[in-house]
Amino acid sequence: MRRVVITGLGMVTPLASGVEETWQRLLAGQSGARRIDTFEVDDLPCQIACMIPKGDGTNGTYNPDDWMEPKEQRKVDDFIVYAVAAATQAVEDSGWKPTDYEDQIRSGVLIGSGIGGIAGIVEAGYTLRDKGPRRVSPFFIPGRLINLASGHVSIKYGLKGPNHSVVTACSTGAHAIGDAARLIALDDADVMVAGGTESPVCRISVAGFAACRALSTGFNDNPTAGSRPYDKDRDGFVMGEGAGIVVLEELEHAKRRGAKIYAEVIGYGLSGDAYHITAPSEDGDGAYRCMQMALKRAGVSPDEIDYVNAHGTSTPLGDEIELGAVHRLVGDAASRISMSSTKSMTGHLLGAAGAIEAIFSTLAIRDGILPPTINLDNPSVDSKIDLVPNKAKEKKVRVALSNSFGFGGTNASVVFRAFEG
Amino acid sequence: MSDIADRVKKIVIEHLGVDADKVTIEASFIEDLGADSLDTVELVMAFEEEFGVEIPDDAAETILTVGDAVRFLEKATSA
Repeated sequence: MRRVVITGLGMVTPLASGVEETWQRLLAGQSGARRIDTFEVDDLPCQIACMIPKGDGTNGTYNPDDWMEPKEQRKVDDFIVYAVAAATQAVEDSGWKPTDYEDQIRSGVLIGSGIGGIAGIVEAGYTLRDKGPRRVSPFFIPGRLINLASGHVSIKYGLKGPNHSVVTACSTGAHAIGDAARLIALDDADVMVAGGTESPVCRISVAGFAACRALSTGFNDNPTAGSRPYDKDRDGFVMGEGAGIVVLEELEHAKRRGAKIYAEVIGYGLSGDAYHITAPSEDGDGAYRCMQMALKRAGVSPDEIDYVNAHGTSTPLGDEIELGAVHRLVGDAASRISMSSTKSMTGHLLGAAGAIEAIFSTLAIRDGILPPTINLDNPSVDSKIDLVPNKAKEKKVRVALSNSFGFGGTNASVVFRAFEG
Repeated sequence: MSDIADRVKKIVIEHLGVDADKVTIEASFIEDLGADSLDTVELVMAFEEEFGVEIPDDAAETILTVGDAVRFLEKATSA
Protein backbone atom coordinates (compact mmCIF):
# COMPACT_ATOMS: atom_id res chain seq x y z
CA MET A 1 0.00 0.00 0.00
CA ARG A 2 1.07 3.56 -0.66
CA ARG A 3 2.36 5.62 2.27
CA VAL A 4 0.37 8.59 3.58
CA VAL A 5 1.72 11.68 5.32
CA ILE A 6 0.18 14.78 6.89
CA THR A 7 1.12 18.00 5.11
CA GLY A 8 -1.38 20.54 6.40
CA LEU A 9 -3.22 21.30 9.65
CA GLY A 10 -6.15 23.54 10.51
CA MET A 11 -8.46 23.98 13.48
CA VAL A 12 -11.06 26.06 15.23
CA THR A 13 -11.46 25.02 18.87
CA PRO A 14 -12.81 26.34 22.17
CA LEU A 15 -9.23 27.41 22.95
CA ALA A 16 -8.60 29.42 19.78
CA SER A 17 -8.97 29.69 16.06
CA GLY A 18 -5.73 28.42 14.56
CA VAL A 19 -3.44 25.44 15.16
CA GLU A 20 -0.51 27.16 16.86
CA GLU A 21 -2.78 29.38 18.98
CA THR A 22 -4.75 26.35 20.18
CA TRP A 23 -1.60 24.30 20.77
CA GLN A 24 0.08 26.98 22.92
CA ARG A 25 -3.04 27.31 25.10
CA LEU A 26 -3.33 23.54 25.34
CA LEU A 27 0.27 23.21 26.51
CA ALA A 28 -0.39 25.98 29.04
CA GLY A 29 -3.22 23.86 30.46
CA GLN A 30 -5.99 26.35 29.69
CA SER A 31 -9.63 25.31 29.74
CA GLY A 32 -12.12 26.49 27.13
CA ALA A 33 -15.11 25.93 29.41
CA ARG A 34 -17.45 28.66 30.58
CA ARG A 35 -21.05 29.21 31.48
CA ILE A 36 -23.28 29.15 28.41
CA ASP A 37 -24.51 32.67 27.66
CA THR A 38 -25.87 32.19 24.14
CA PHE A 39 -29.21 30.65 25.15
CA GLU A 40 -31.37 30.03 28.19
CA VAL A 41 -29.80 27.43 30.50
CA ASP A 42 -31.45 27.99 33.87
CA ASP A 43 -33.73 24.97 33.40
CA LEU A 44 -30.97 22.68 32.06
CA PRO A 45 -29.00 20.35 34.35
CA CYS A 46 -25.77 21.23 32.52
CA GLN A 47 -25.14 24.96 32.06
CA ILE A 48 -21.54 24.93 30.84
CA ALA A 49 -19.75 24.21 27.56
CA CYS A 50 -16.40 24.76 25.88
CA MET A 51 -17.12 27.46 23.33
CA ILE A 52 -15.07 29.02 20.54
CA PRO A 53 -13.73 32.47 21.52
CA LYS A 54 -15.40 34.78 19.03
CA GLY A 55 -13.89 38.13 18.14
CA ASP A 56 -12.29 40.15 15.38
CA GLY A 57 -9.91 37.36 14.37
CA THR A 58 -6.86 38.69 16.22
CA ASN A 59 -5.18 36.98 19.18
CA GLY A 60 -6.63 33.57 18.35
CA THR A 61 -10.25 34.72 18.27
CA TYR A 62 -12.60 33.37 15.64
CA ASN A 63 -14.25 35.73 13.20
CA PRO A 64 -16.50 33.76 10.82
CA ASP A 65 -16.35 36.62 8.28
CA ASP A 66 -12.65 35.81 7.79
CA TRP A 67 -13.62 32.42 6.37
CA MET A 68 -17.00 32.72 4.65
CA GLU A 69 -19.02 35.63 3.30
CA PRO A 70 -21.82 36.70 5.67
CA LYS A 71 -24.48 36.05 3.03
CA GLU A 72 -23.21 32.46 2.64
CA GLN A 73 -23.00 31.94 6.43
CA ARG A 74 -26.68 32.78 6.66
CA LYS A 75 -27.52 29.73 4.53
CA VAL A 76 -25.64 27.12 6.56
CA ASP A 77 -25.28 25.86 10.10
CA ASP A 78 -22.14 26.74 12.03
CA PHE A 79 -20.61 23.27 11.60
CA ILE A 80 -20.12 24.06 7.90
CA VAL A 81 -18.51 27.44 8.62
CA TYR A 82 -16.16 25.85 11.16
CA ALA A 83 -15.19 23.19 8.60
CA VAL A 84 -14.50 25.77 5.91
CA ALA A 85 -12.42 27.81 8.39
CA ALA A 86 -10.32 24.82 9.49
CA ALA A 87 -10.01 23.44 5.94
CA THR A 88 -8.87 26.83 4.65
CA GLN A 89 -6.15 26.91 7.31
CA ALA A 90 -5.09 23.35 6.46
CA VAL A 91 -5.04 23.83 2.69
CA GLU A 92 -3.11 27.11 2.99
CA ASP A 93 -0.67 25.39 5.37
CA SER A 94 -0.11 22.54 2.90
CA GLY A 95 0.25 24.85 -0.09
CA TRP A 96 -1.75 22.36 -2.22
CA LYS A 97 -4.30 24.33 -4.24
CA PRO A 98 -4.63 22.40 -7.49
CA THR A 99 -5.62 24.32 -10.62
CA ASP A 100 -4.93 21.66 -13.27
CA TYR A 101 -7.80 19.29 -13.93
CA GLU A 102 -5.56 16.22 -13.56
CA ASP A 103 -4.47 17.39 -10.10
CA GLN A 104 -8.01 18.36 -9.07
CA ILE A 105 -9.47 14.92 -9.83
CA ARG A 106 -6.80 13.31 -7.63
CA SER A 107 -7.64 15.56 -4.67
CA GLY A 108 -10.70 14.86 -2.51
CA VAL A 109 -12.47 15.75 0.70
CA LEU A 110 -13.73 13.60 3.59
CA ILE A 111 -15.15 15.65 6.45
CA GLY A 112 -17.68 14.25 8.90
CA SER A 113 -19.87 15.46 11.72
CA GLY A 114 -21.64 13.65 14.52
CA ILE A 115 -24.95 15.46 14.46
CA GLY A 116 -24.58 18.21 11.82
CA GLY A 117 -26.96 21.13 11.68
CA ILE A 118 -29.18 20.35 14.63
CA ALA A 119 -29.78 24.02 15.57
CA GLY A 120 -31.05 24.82 12.08
CA ILE A 121 -33.27 21.75 12.01
CA VAL A 122 -34.98 22.92 15.19
CA GLU A 123 -35.47 26.43 13.78
CA ALA A 124 -36.92 25.14 10.53
CA GLY A 125 -39.27 22.96 12.58
CA TYR A 126 -40.61 26.07 14.30
CA THR A 127 -40.98 27.84 10.93
CA LEU A 128 -42.91 24.89 9.50
CA ARG A 129 -45.19 24.74 12.55
CA ASP A 130 -45.77 28.48 12.89
CA LYS A 131 -45.67 29.76 9.30
CA GLY A 132 -46.30 26.72 7.13
CA PRO A 133 -44.30 24.89 4.45
CA ARG A 134 -44.09 27.87 2.06
CA ARG A 135 -41.75 29.62 4.51
CA VAL A 136 -39.21 26.77 4.74
CA SER A 137 -36.03 28.09 3.11
CA PRO A 138 -34.55 26.45 0.00
CA PHE A 139 -31.28 26.51 1.96
CA PHE A 140 -32.72 24.51 4.84
CA ILE A 141 -31.67 21.09 3.49
CA PRO A 142 -28.28 21.97 1.91
CA GLY A 143 -27.38 24.03 4.98
CA ARG A 144 -27.91 21.12 7.38
CA LEU A 145 -26.73 17.98 5.54
CA ILE A 146 -23.57 16.62 7.10
CA ASN A 147 -21.74 15.93 3.84
CA LEU A 148 -22.18 19.58 2.82
CA ALA A 149 -19.08 20.41 4.86
CA SER A 150 -17.13 18.32 2.33
CA GLY A 151 -19.21 19.88 -0.45
CA HIS A 152 -18.36 23.47 0.49
CA VAL A 153 -14.65 22.72 0.87
CA SER A 154 -14.52 20.93 -2.50
CA ILE A 155 -16.22 23.89 -4.19
CA LYS A 156 -13.92 26.44 -2.57
CA TYR A 157 -10.73 24.68 -3.70
CA GLY A 158 -11.86 22.83 -6.84
CA LEU A 159 -11.21 19.41 -5.30
CA LYS A 160 -12.84 16.96 -7.72
CA GLY A 161 -11.61 13.65 -6.30
CA PRO A 162 -13.51 11.44 -3.83
CA ASN A 163 -16.10 13.52 -1.97
CA HIS A 164 -17.23 11.67 1.10
CA SER A 165 -18.38 12.05 4.68
CA VAL A 166 -18.53 10.12 7.93
CA VAL A 167 -21.19 10.02 10.65
CA THR A 168 -20.08 7.85 13.56
CA ALA A 169 -20.89 10.01 16.58
CA CYS A 170 -17.76 10.72 18.62
CA SER A 171 -15.56 8.51 16.42
CA THR A 172 -16.32 10.60 13.32
CA GLY A 173 -13.10 12.61 13.17
CA ALA A 174 -10.88 9.55 13.60
CA HIS A 175 -12.84 7.53 11.06
CA ALA A 176 -12.67 10.41 8.57
CA ILE A 177 -8.89 10.63 8.80
CA GLY A 178 -8.45 6.85 8.79
CA ASP A 179 -10.77 6.33 5.83
CA ALA A 180 -9.25 9.22 3.87
CA ALA A 181 -5.75 7.85 4.43
CA ARG A 182 -6.98 4.53 3.14
CA LEU A 183 -8.37 6.14 -0.05
CA ILE A 184 -4.89 7.50 -0.70
CA ALA A 185 -3.19 4.22 0.21
CA LEU A 186 -5.47 2.39 -2.25
CA ASP A 187 -4.65 4.92 -5.01
CA ASP A 188 -8.14 6.44 -5.26
CA ALA A 189 -6.64 9.87 -4.58
CA ASP A 190 -3.26 11.53 -4.01
CA VAL A 191 -4.45 14.21 -1.58
CA MET A 192 -7.40 14.22 0.84
CA VAL A 193 -8.65 17.08 2.98
CA ALA A 194 -10.07 15.21 5.98
CA GLY A 195 -11.42 15.72 9.46
CA GLY A 196 -14.47 16.48 11.55
CA THR A 197 -16.63 19.41 12.51
CA GLU A 198 -19.37 20.02 15.08
CA SER A 199 -21.63 22.83 16.30
CA PRO A 200 -23.64 21.12 19.02
CA VAL A 201 -23.83 23.86 21.65
CA CYS A 202 -27.53 24.65 21.47
CA ARG A 203 -30.47 24.12 23.80
CA ILE A 204 -31.81 20.93 22.27
CA SER A 205 -28.51 19.05 22.20
CA VAL A 206 -27.63 20.03 25.76
CA ALA A 207 -31.09 18.81 26.78
CA GLY A 208 -30.64 15.59 24.79
CA PHE A 209 -27.15 14.68 25.98
CA ALA A 210 -28.14 15.60 29.54
CA ALA A 211 -31.11 13.24 29.24
CA CYS A 212 -28.64 10.48 28.25
CA ARG A 213 -26.85 11.31 31.54
CA ALA A 214 -23.69 11.96 29.54
CA LEU A 215 -22.97 15.57 30.59
CA SER A 216 -21.27 17.01 33.65
CA THR A 217 -23.85 18.60 35.92
CA GLY A 218 -21.93 19.28 39.15
CA PHE A 219 -19.67 22.09 37.97
CA ASN A 220 -22.10 24.76 36.77
CA ASP A 221 -20.53 27.21 39.21
CA ASN A 222 -16.96 26.22 38.35
CA PRO A 223 -16.97 25.54 34.58
CA THR A 224 -13.23 25.09 34.04
CA ALA A 225 -13.20 22.21 36.56
CA GLY A 226 -16.04 20.33 34.82
CA SER A 227 -13.99 18.27 32.37
CA ARG A 228 -11.73 16.13 34.59
CA PRO A 229 -10.89 12.79 32.96
CA TYR A 230 -9.66 10.04 35.33
CA ASP A 231 -10.33 12.22 38.38
CA LYS A 232 -12.50 10.66 41.06
CA ASP A 233 -14.92 13.63 41.01
CA ARG A 234 -15.66 13.46 37.28
CA ASP A 235 -19.36 13.35 36.46
CA GLY A 236 -19.74 13.53 32.68
CA PHE A 237 -18.38 15.31 29.63
CA VAL A 238 -18.41 19.01 28.85
CA MET A 239 -19.60 19.72 25.34
CA GLY A 240 -17.28 21.49 22.92
CA GLU A 241 -17.56 22.95 19.42
CA GLY A 242 -15.25 23.45 16.47
CA ALA A 243 -13.46 21.64 13.67
CA GLY A 244 -10.16 19.94 12.94
CA ILE A 245 -8.95 19.32 9.39
CA VAL A 246 -5.76 17.77 8.03
CA VAL A 247 -4.34 17.53 4.54
CA LEU A 248 -3.30 13.93 3.90
CA GLU A 249 -0.99 13.22 1.00
CA GLU A 250 0.67 10.30 -0.69
CA LEU A 251 4.32 10.33 0.34
CA GLU A 252 5.93 10.58 -3.11
CA HIS A 253 3.44 13.28 -4.15
CA ALA A 254 4.39 15.29 -1.07
CA LYS A 255 8.11 14.79 -1.69
CA ARG A 256 7.89 15.78 -5.35
CA ARG A 257 6.45 19.18 -4.50
CA GLY A 258 8.71 19.67 -1.48
CA ALA A 259 5.83 19.76 0.99
CA LYS A 260 6.44 20.13 4.72
CA ILE A 261 5.69 16.75 6.34
CA TYR A 262 4.36 16.72 9.91
CA ALA A 263 4.03 12.97 10.45
CA GLU A 264 3.08 9.71 8.75
CA VAL A 265 -0.26 7.96 9.21
CA ILE A 266 0.83 4.36 9.72
CA GLY A 267 -2.13 2.57 11.25
CA TYR A 268 -5.90 2.58 11.50
CA GLY A 269 -8.21 0.20 13.32
CA LEU A 270 -11.99 -0.02 13.64
CA SER A 271 -14.29 -2.12 15.79
CA GLY A 272 -17.79 -2.39 17.17
CA ASP A 273 -18.84 -3.10 20.76
CA ALA A 274 -22.14 -4.78 19.82
CA TYR A 275 -23.21 -4.04 23.37
CA HIS A 276 -25.28 -0.90 24.14
CA ILE A 277 -26.46 2.27 22.36
CA THR A 278 -24.68 4.70 24.68
CA ALA A 279 -22.63 2.78 27.27
CA PRO A 280 -19.21 1.34 26.38
CA SER A 281 -18.83 -2.41 26.80
CA GLU A 282 -17.55 -2.96 30.30
CA ASP A 283 -14.73 -5.31 29.35
CA GLY A 284 -13.25 -2.68 27.00
CA ASP A 285 -12.94 -5.33 24.34
CA GLY A 286 -14.03 -3.06 21.48
CA ALA A 287 -11.49 -0.42 22.45
CA TYR A 288 -8.78 -3.06 22.80
CA ARG A 289 -9.47 -4.61 19.43
CA CYS A 290 -9.44 -1.37 17.46
CA MET A 291 -6.13 -0.33 19.03
CA GLN A 292 -4.72 -3.78 18.34
CA MET A 293 -5.88 -3.65 14.71
CA ALA A 294 -4.34 -0.21 14.24
CA LEU A 295 -1.00 -1.38 15.64
CA LYS A 296 -1.03 -4.46 13.43
CA ARG A 297 -1.62 -2.32 10.35
CA ALA A 298 1.11 0.04 11.53
CA GLY A 299 3.55 -2.81 12.05
CA VAL A 300 4.56 -1.54 15.46
CA SER A 301 4.44 -3.35 18.79
CA PRO A 302 2.60 -1.95 21.83
CA ASP A 303 5.87 -1.12 23.59
CA GLU A 304 6.77 1.27 20.77
CA ILE A 305 3.88 3.61 21.65
CA ASP A 306 5.17 6.80 23.27
CA TYR A 307 1.92 8.74 23.58
CA VAL A 308 -1.77 7.92 23.59
CA ASN A 309 -4.23 10.76 23.05
CA ALA A 310 -7.12 9.21 24.95
CA HIS A 311 -10.78 9.33 24.14
CA GLY A 312 -11.09 10.13 27.88
CA THR A 313 -14.30 12.17 27.96
CA SER A 314 -14.62 12.52 31.75
CA THR A 315 -17.58 10.17 32.07
CA PRO A 316 -17.63 7.92 35.15
CA LEU A 317 -17.72 4.69 33.09
CA GLY A 318 -15.75 5.37 29.94
CA ASP A 319 -12.42 6.65 31.26
CA GLU A 320 -11.54 3.61 33.32
CA ILE A 321 -12.72 1.18 30.65
CA GLU A 322 -10.40 2.81 28.11
CA LEU A 323 -7.53 2.90 30.58
CA GLY A 324 -8.08 -0.81 31.28
CA ALA A 325 -8.04 -1.58 27.56
CA VAL A 326 -4.78 0.31 27.08
CA HIS A 327 -3.24 -1.61 30.00
CA ARG A 328 -4.34 -4.88 28.42
CA LEU A 329 -2.81 -3.76 25.11
CA VAL A 330 0.59 -2.62 26.38
CA GLY A 331 1.08 -5.04 29.28
CA ASP A 332 4.48 -4.62 30.92
CA ALA A 333 5.21 -1.54 28.79
CA ALA A 334 2.64 0.48 30.76
CA SER A 335 5.26 2.35 32.74
CA ARG A 336 6.90 3.78 29.60
CA ILE A 337 3.64 5.04 28.08
CA SER A 338 2.07 8.47 28.51
CA MET A 339 -1.61 9.05 27.88
CA SER A 340 -3.49 12.32 28.27
CA SER A 341 -6.98 13.53 27.60
CA THR A 342 -6.96 16.91 25.89
CA LYS A 343 -10.74 16.94 26.34
CA SER A 344 -9.94 18.16 29.86
CA MET A 345 -9.21 21.49 28.13
CA THR A 346 -11.14 21.50 24.85
CA GLY A 347 -14.24 19.71 26.09
CA HIS A 348 -15.74 17.00 23.92
CA LEU A 349 -16.10 18.16 20.32
CA LEU A 350 -18.08 15.00 19.43
CA GLY A 351 -17.61 14.47 15.67
CA ALA A 352 -14.64 16.86 15.57
CA ALA A 353 -12.89 15.36 18.62
CA GLY A 354 -10.94 12.65 16.79
CA ALA A 355 -9.75 15.18 14.22
CA ILE A 356 -8.43 17.82 16.62
CA GLU A 357 -6.87 15.04 18.71
CA ALA A 358 -5.13 13.62 15.63
CA ILE A 359 -3.63 17.09 15.18
CA PHE A 360 -2.56 17.25 18.84
CA SER A 361 -0.91 13.82 18.45
CA THR A 362 0.91 15.11 15.37
CA LEU A 363 2.11 18.22 17.21
CA ALA A 364 3.30 16.10 20.15
CA ILE A 365 5.46 14.24 17.63
CA ARG A 366 6.68 17.49 16.04
CA ASP A 367 7.53 19.31 19.25
CA GLY A 368 8.41 16.47 21.64
CA ILE A 369 5.97 17.70 24.24
CA LEU A 370 2.81 16.16 25.68
CA PRO A 371 -0.33 18.16 26.44
CA PRO A 372 -1.59 17.55 29.99
CA THR A 373 -4.77 16.12 31.48
CA ILE A 374 -5.94 19.07 33.58
CA ASN A 375 -8.13 18.84 36.69
CA LEU A 376 -6.57 15.46 37.46
CA ASP A 377 -6.23 16.03 41.19
CA ASN A 378 -7.16 12.60 42.55
CA PRO A 379 -7.00 9.75 40.01
CA SER A 380 -9.87 7.32 40.53
CA VAL A 381 -7.62 4.31 39.88
CA ASP A 382 -3.96 3.49 40.27
CA SER A 383 -2.26 3.16 36.93
CA LYS A 384 1.31 2.65 35.85
CA ILE A 385 0.49 4.64 32.75
CA ASP A 386 1.52 8.28 33.06
CA LEU A 387 -1.66 10.34 32.64
CA VAL A 388 0.32 13.60 32.31
CA PRO A 389 -1.56 15.25 35.19
CA ASN A 390 -2.04 19.01 35.09
CA LYS A 391 1.24 20.02 33.44
CA ALA A 392 2.58 19.54 29.92
CA LYS A 393 5.81 17.57 29.82
CA GLU A 394 8.67 17.10 27.43
CA LYS A 395 9.01 13.65 25.93
CA LYS A 396 10.33 12.51 22.59
CA VAL A 397 7.39 11.04 20.71
CA ARG A 398 8.03 8.76 17.77
CA VAL A 399 4.74 6.83 17.76
CA ALA A 400 1.40 8.30 18.88
CA LEU A 401 -1.99 6.60 19.00
CA SER A 402 -5.28 8.48 19.10
CA ASN A 403 -8.47 6.82 20.32
CA SER A 404 -12.09 7.71 19.61
CA PHE A 405 -15.19 5.86 20.76
CA GLY A 406 -18.78 6.74 19.92
CA PHE A 407 -22.41 6.10 20.78
CA GLY A 408 -23.59 2.93 19.10
CA GLY A 409 -20.38 1.18 20.15
CA THR A 410 -18.25 2.48 17.28
CA ASN A 411 -14.50 2.61 17.92
CA ALA A 412 -11.55 3.93 15.94
CA SER A 413 -7.82 4.24 16.58
CA VAL A 414 -5.29 6.00 14.37
CA VAL A 415 -1.52 5.64 14.69
CA PHE A 416 0.95 8.34 13.67
CA ARG A 417 4.74 8.15 13.47
CA ALA A 418 7.43 10.77 13.13
CA PHE A 419 8.39 10.97 9.46
CA GLU A 420 11.67 9.17 9.07
CA GLY A 421 12.12 9.26 5.28
CA MET B 1 -38.11 54.86 -6.81
CA SER B 2 -41.44 54.02 -5.24
CA ASP B 3 -41.83 52.75 -1.71
CA ILE B 4 -42.29 49.24 -3.09
CA ALA B 5 -39.13 49.56 -5.16
CA ASP B 6 -37.18 50.67 -2.10
CA ARG B 7 -38.39 47.73 -0.06
CA VAL B 8 -37.63 45.28 -2.88
CA LYS B 9 -34.17 46.75 -3.26
CA LYS B 10 -33.49 46.43 0.47
CA ILE B 11 -34.45 42.75 0.43
CA VAL B 12 -32.26 42.06 -2.61
CA ILE B 13 -29.25 43.78 -1.04
CA GLU B 14 -29.71 41.87 2.18
CA HIS B 15 -30.24 38.43 0.64
CA LEU B 16 -27.68 38.58 -2.17
CA GLY B 17 -25.06 40.61 -0.29
CA VAL B 18 -24.55 43.00 -3.21
CA ASP B 19 -23.75 46.72 -3.35
CA ALA B 20 -26.78 49.03 -3.46
CA ASP B 21 -25.68 50.72 -6.69
CA LYS B 22 -25.82 47.40 -8.54
CA VAL B 23 -29.47 46.89 -7.69
CA THR B 24 -31.02 48.82 -10.58
CA ILE B 25 -34.53 48.29 -11.93
CA GLU B 26 -33.06 46.48 -14.97
CA ALA B 27 -30.74 44.23 -12.93
CA SER B 28 -31.29 40.49 -13.41
CA PHE B 29 -31.00 38.46 -10.20
CA ILE B 30 -29.03 35.68 -11.87
CA GLU B 31 -27.18 37.49 -14.69
CA ASP B 32 -26.21 40.68 -12.85
CA LEU B 33 -26.48 40.05 -9.12
CA GLY B 34 -24.90 36.59 -8.81
CA ALA B 35 -27.97 34.73 -7.57
CA ASP B 36 -28.45 31.01 -8.20
CA SER B 37 -31.78 29.23 -8.57
CA LEU B 38 -32.09 28.66 -4.79
CA ASP B 39 -31.39 32.33 -4.09
CA THR B 40 -34.28 33.31 -6.38
CA VAL B 41 -36.63 30.94 -4.54
CA GLU B 42 -35.61 32.53 -1.24
CA LEU B 43 -36.01 36.05 -2.67
CA VAL B 44 -39.57 35.30 -3.72
CA MET B 45 -40.27 33.95 -0.22
CA ALA B 46 -38.87 37.14 1.26
CA PHE B 47 -41.08 39.26 -1.02
CA GLU B 48 -44.12 37.23 0.07
CA GLU B 49 -43.24 37.78 3.71
CA GLU B 50 -42.53 41.51 3.34
CA PHE B 51 -45.61 42.34 1.28
CA GLY B 52 -48.05 39.79 2.72
CA VAL B 53 -48.90 38.34 -0.67
CA GLU B 54 -48.71 34.90 -2.19
CA ILE B 55 -46.62 34.54 -5.33
CA PRO B 56 -47.63 31.34 -7.14
CA ASP B 57 -44.82 29.26 -8.69
CA ASP B 58 -45.80 30.11 -12.29
CA ALA B 59 -45.71 33.83 -11.47
CA ALA B 60 -42.43 33.43 -9.57
CA GLU B 61 -40.85 32.00 -12.71
CA THR B 62 -41.49 35.28 -14.55
CA ILE B 63 -39.77 37.40 -11.88
CA LEU B 64 -36.24 37.60 -13.26
CA THR B 65 -35.25 41.22 -12.60
CA VAL B 66 -35.69 43.80 -9.85
CA GLY B 67 -38.19 45.57 -12.11
CA ASP B 68 -40.20 42.34 -12.62
CA ALA B 69 -40.55 42.04 -8.85
CA VAL B 70 -41.51 45.68 -8.36
CA ARG B 71 -44.17 45.54 -11.13
CA PHE B 72 -45.61 42.27 -9.83
CA LEU B 73 -45.79 43.55 -6.26
CA GLU B 74 -47.25 46.91 -7.25
CA LYS B 75 -50.04 45.09 -9.02
CA ALA B 76 -50.53 42.48 -6.27
CA THR B 77 -50.67 44.99 -3.41
CA SER B 78 -53.01 47.44 -5.23
CA ALA B 79 -55.59 44.73 -5.97
